[in-house]
Amino acid sequence: MTGPFFKNTVLPIALFAALALVPAYADVFDDRFVLLFFTRILVFAIVAISLDFILGLGAMVSFGHAAYIGFGAYAVAILSEHDIWDAWISFPLAMAAGGLFALVTGAISLKTRGVYFIMITLAFGQMAYFTATSLSAYGGDDGLTMWGRSELFGTGLFTGDASFYYLVFGVLAGAYLLLRTFAASRFGRVLKGAKQSEPRLEAMGIDPYRYRLAAYVIAGMIASVAGALMANQAEFVSPAYMSWHRSGELIVMVILGGLGSLHGAILGTIAFMVLEEVLSGYSEHWRLVFGPLLILVVLYGRGGLMGLISGQIGRKSRGEADQ
Amino acid sequence: MSVTLLAVQTLNGLQLGILLFLIAAGLTLVFGVMDFINLAHGVQYMLGAYLAVACYQLTGSFWLAVILALAAALICGLLLEFLVFRHLYNRDHLDQVLATFGVILFLNEAVKVLWGGAPLSLPVPELLDGSIQLMANFAYPVFRIALIVTGLAVAVLLYVLVTKTRIGMLVRAGATNPDMVAALGINIRRLFMLVFGFGAMLAGFAGIMAAPILSVEPGMGDNLLILAFVVIVIGGIGSIRGAFLAALIIGLVDTLGRSFATDIARVLLPPAAANDVGPAIASMLIYILMAGVLFFRPSGLFPVRSA
Amino acid sequence: MKRILSALTLGAGLGAAVLTGTAAPAAAESLKVGFLATLSGPPAVLGQHMRDGFLLAVKQANGRLGGIETEVIVVDDELKPDGAITKVQGLLERDKVDIMAGVVFSNVMMAVYKPIIQSETIFIGANAGPSPIAGRGCSPYFFSTSYQNDQNHEVMGRYASQKGYDKVVVMAPNYQAGKDAVAGFKRHYSGTVAQEIYTKLGQLDFSAELARIADEQPDALFTFMPGGMGVNLVKQYSQAGLKDVIPFLSTFTVDETTLPATKDMAVGLYSGAEWASDIDNEANARFVRAFEAEYGYPPSLYAAQGYDAARLIDGAVSMAGGVQDKKSLLSALAAAPFESVRGDFRFNNNQFPIQDFYLVEAVKRAEGKYVTQLVEKVFDDVGDAYSGSCHMK
Repeated sequence: MTGPFFKNTVLPIALFAALALVPAYADVFDDRFVLLFFTRILVFAIVAISLDFILGLGAMVSFGHAAYIGFGAYAVAILSEHDIWDAWISFPLAMAAGGLFALVTGAISLKTRGVYFIMITLAFGQMAYFTATSLSAYGGDDGLTMWGRSELFGTGLFTGDASFYYLVFGVLAGAYLLLRTFAASRFGRVLKGAKQSEPRLEAMGIDPYRYRLAAYVIAGMIASVAGALMANQAEFVSPAYMSWHRSGELIVMVILGGLGSLHGAILGTIAFMVLEEVLSGYSEHWRLVFGPLLILVVLYGRGGLMGLISGQIGRKSRGEADQ
Repeated sequence: MSVTLLAVQTLNGLQLGILLFLIAAGLTLVFGVMDFINLAHGVQYMLGAYLAVACYQLTGSFWLAVILALAAALICGLLLEFLVFRHLYNRDHLDQVLATFGVILFLNEAVKVLWGGAPLSLPVPELLDGSIQLMANFAYPVFRIALIVTGLAVAVLLYVLVTKTRIGMLVRAGATNPDMVAALGINIRRLFMLVFGFGAMLAGFAGIMAAPILSVEPGMGDNLLILAFVVIVIGGIGSIRGAFLAALIIGLVDTLGRSFATDIARVLLPPAAANDVGPAIASMLIYILMAGVLFFRPSGLFPVRSA
Repeated sequence: MKRILSALTLGAGLGAAVLTGTAAPAAAESLKVGFLATLSGPPAVLGQHMRDGFLLAVKQANGRLGGIETEVIVVDDELKPDGAITKVQGLLERDKVDIMAGVVFSNVMMAVYKPIIQSETIFIGANAGPSPIAGRGCSPYFFSTSYQNDQNHEVMGRYASQKGYDKVVVMAPNYQAGKDAVAGFKRHYSGTVAQEIYTKLGQLDFSAELARIADEQPDALFTFMPGGMGVNLVKQYSQAGLKDVIPFLSTFTVDETTLPATKDMAVGLYSGAEWASDIDNEANARFVRAFEAEYGYPPSLYAAQGYDAARLIDGAVSMAGGVQDKKSLLSALAAAPFESVRGDFRFNNNQFPIQDFYLVEAVKRAEGKYVTQLVEKVFDDVGDAYSGSCHMK
């Protein structure tokens, strides 16, 4: 009983509690960099949990997920170029853009399976990327600088370091709870069932295609919101946000954390980005260490970081529910 | 735009296609037979190129360098198999993705540490150094023709190996049903190692052949890896025949697209917009092609296993 | 469970400790420089040259630029603009650097420029010089020891006109710098641009484009193909037999970063640049000698620009008597109190250089090394086209 309870309730609460304390830590230790850095990590974490939702739960390995970050980011940036700064215009627009792209590309992609799905999502991601590089009016490959941040009813919510952090934290917590509710509901069970065995599900009279498409669109919309936040965090957008390298890194973050548990994806993101920052501080050849580290995690840490953590506990309880 | 130009571009497209085939062949074999996603195939290609440069610097002879580099590439491939890949055959595809991604990071960096970040090159051997005058100003290097011929030879060799020999039969059987093959008393482990080694050698060979015409630098395999995956997906995973056809199609589409997309765009749009749209479309063409193929044939052109 | 929790907190604590790291300011006056360059991936060689040039100057000053103990923190931006922003934030907030320097690529520059300037930190650009920074977005905190992105291309445009090349094909990669290159070329070119070819960024095989160029039969080709792309283009151009038939005019394509790979195939090709290895002044001679002795390879213009950046800091800090008084340091920098390896050097109103530009040629030196050398001066003491839009406060 302690196994799954720890893994599914205590750990996420502890994680969120720790993350909520970051601004206080930054204040006490006068370290603005930690606050800025963790803001960026949390934005990526939002994308990661949206990817974990479809990848971990539904076995839909999207190799073009970074495109949604681009949609959200460019929505905010392009509007800002035309002097529209209100978040209640740009954010819904970002979600709509991402959602529409997800709907159209998902409808086509979900006709395929396995590695074919991976490749077709890559293709669509690349198309989005090349389209962005061709937008000379908005900087093309050089990117577009935003000369300010989004505004929410005149408050400085986006501008202050701590307030923006809490905004991102709030979005992450909200998205996490939302996705977790979905995962625990019938909707989530259909996805998991489809991952296990489609024929069995179809024999029960359920067509997984619509559920998968819905999940794909939801994930795309959440990632777009993260993109809108990222544009604010960096005050800069560029097509690099949508490159296949970025999509690959997202997949790595999710797998590193351990699939399916959502908070695992948050852990994976934190671990990936912190490791990258810390290691690159030591040597320009940090990848010589990072690469084998990833290999070791795969070889010896089944189930990623979540697997490593719960492996210590789970050994005691047999037959814990598959999360 | 003349007929000669079109003919030359077709030749260019074929040559690109052959190079892609050399890379994709190993990838589709490994994926098809062992159900193993090897993202590190791109760095194996890169290793082949670097080993060729290193062996050339050692021996001063192109032909010796080719033989030595091939052997070295095989050894490196087997080493990787022994250290990392062997433990991943039974694992989830995503675990394979993560591990091979780690291999890419490591080897791209290792190559930079050993040979430096600056681009290197391998001189074309004297025997193949000439060129054939195809157009008024344009000479086609003999080496590229040699590449086409070699690629075709490898394709024929692979076809013969896979369809006409006992090993090939085992490989095909192993692709369809590895457990049954193991139950029949064949050492499936050794078979896999053989296939993997051969795949690594093919990738290395592609790198060696590419080194005289392309620059040798860290990360040179990454973009080609994506293209190779596009090729095997269009062709159907596990199918050498599919990889061959798909590689040629992609080579042609990409080359002809790059050449003529902006011209076509200029017919429809004002010049400034055409200069933006044309190259963008040219870059996207192969992806549009792949999406189109997958829409009508979700398992590629020549699927080996039924969905 | 306790074990795990304590392990996690320990790990988190360690991580945070390393992150917060080494920011304690020294008791005696010290100078911290944050140096940002692209040091990974195919274009890493450019960042490497620039860094090596910068560090050579620091070494020659015995680790004391302007007489003050100097620490240079070298950071790799990995050609990821948004990641670069985080790295810069680390340098500014955590390491509390006094001066930022470097940046190879324009897209990274566009990303990090604003946060650095807004933090009122002095920023010495050692390569990228995109037009917004030279024009509307100019700032008193930014100084460039390189050039404005369009200028080197303008050299080739002027040269092509002077030589009477009436029909030209231009080719560049399809990204902003490539488009800027074409625009810069056209600004001083009076003939006809028969075709504008935009290739994919990172493209390796130019056989299709070369066939088109051969078919078009222009008087010359102008191209901008940095890094590995340039290596491939030059090789393939030579292999296709075009080198002796259609003159190859380029910028940032044939220089000491690519010559080790292209070797004889690049010999005789012309480029436009603000620096060449044989510019005749003492600072340059000393620089080239010391660089080759220290690193074993000939420097490129990226290295020269990095070297000049450090020497600018050195001269300005000496003149201002320290880094504490930012105002006097800024006016010292604006006076450019150093001997540039280019000879003539002073700052324009937008704090970009007013300098000479040359036609340079790739040659093979006696002992087998490949370098660029001067052919003729094309522009004398020029500023860039955007300085008029700069209205600095």
